[in-house]
Amino acid sequence: MTVQMLSIIGAVVAVAVGSISPALAEGRAVAATMEGIARQPEAADSLSRTLFVGLAMIETMAIYCLLVALILLFANPFAR
Amino acid sequence: MNHSPLQTAILFHVGIVPISRTVVTTWGLMAVLSVASWIVTRSFRVDAGGWQAMVETVVAGIEEQITALLNRDAAPFLPLLGTLFIFLVVANLCGIVPGVTAPTASIETPAALAAIVFLSVHFYGVRMQGLGGYLKGYLKPNPVMLPFNILSELTRTFSLAMRLFGNIMSEEMAVAIILAMAGLLVPIPFMAFGILVGLVQAYIFSVLATVFIGGGIGAIKK
Repeated sequence: MTVQMLSIIGAVVAVAVGSISPALAEGRAVAATMEGIARQPEAADSLSRTLFVGLAMIETMAIYCLLVALILLFANPFAR
Repeated sequence: MNHSPLQTAILFHVGIVPISRTVVTTWGLMAVLSVASWIVTRSFRVDAGGWQAMVETVVAGIEEQITALLNRDAAPFLPLLGTLFIFLVVANLCGIVPGVTAPTASIETPAALAAIVFLSVHFYGVRMQGLGGYLKGYLKPNPVMLPFNILSELTRTFSLAMRLFGNIMSEEMAVAIILAMAGLLVPIPFMAFGILVGLVQAYIFSVLATVFIGGGIGAIKK
């Protein structure tokens, strides 16, 4: 296998595996916020603000995986 | 896909300084925003007209959000955070205009904005708490946490830039790939989703900048 083939496989695995746990975590966060809003609709404003910040934090993990995939595909230091 | 998203397209050179497409777009946006704000704010009256009412709604909305996050007067932070939010909304959404690439879709613009946020955290922290009080904040809750506090300053700035870049760039790339596969009309729902992503990312970037500044001035417990 050449370095190019390995990098493509690496990029695919990085994005595919790396987005599993952020997806689960975001689902849990949204579900918990929904429950909170359903119980206490007057807290919806501050809850959704906190939710957005939290989702951004969780999403960072998936974005890092995307970045690793991009570096493997476009700026691979070994495939020269 | 022959164009790497990690590289920037150079349009022309001024002397030895290369001018990229991103820089041209950013300066264009700055010109548009400056002229638009000058025109709108030129003739403010007590009985607000349509444009004035819109501007007042936007500014009051941003001020309300900052006050709710920081639990204190938003006036010192409003210029920076309001400009950041308005610029990000326009910059994220200008990719819809044919022939224009969103400047936040290349890595320099988010990195520069995150660097501005990074520096302003220290600026506001020192200004509000004094140098000693601000530096003491790094020793909380325990002096053992000092390396971690410093490390988190750096990593959160990095992730702030990467989050904006990754979201906007991947959105544009997804639209480009779908366009290459399916052509007419099919990319439109994805572009509509891109508008949502752009607005949400502008909001998230501004909220996180507010939270970081709030941590720096001690309004929000880290």
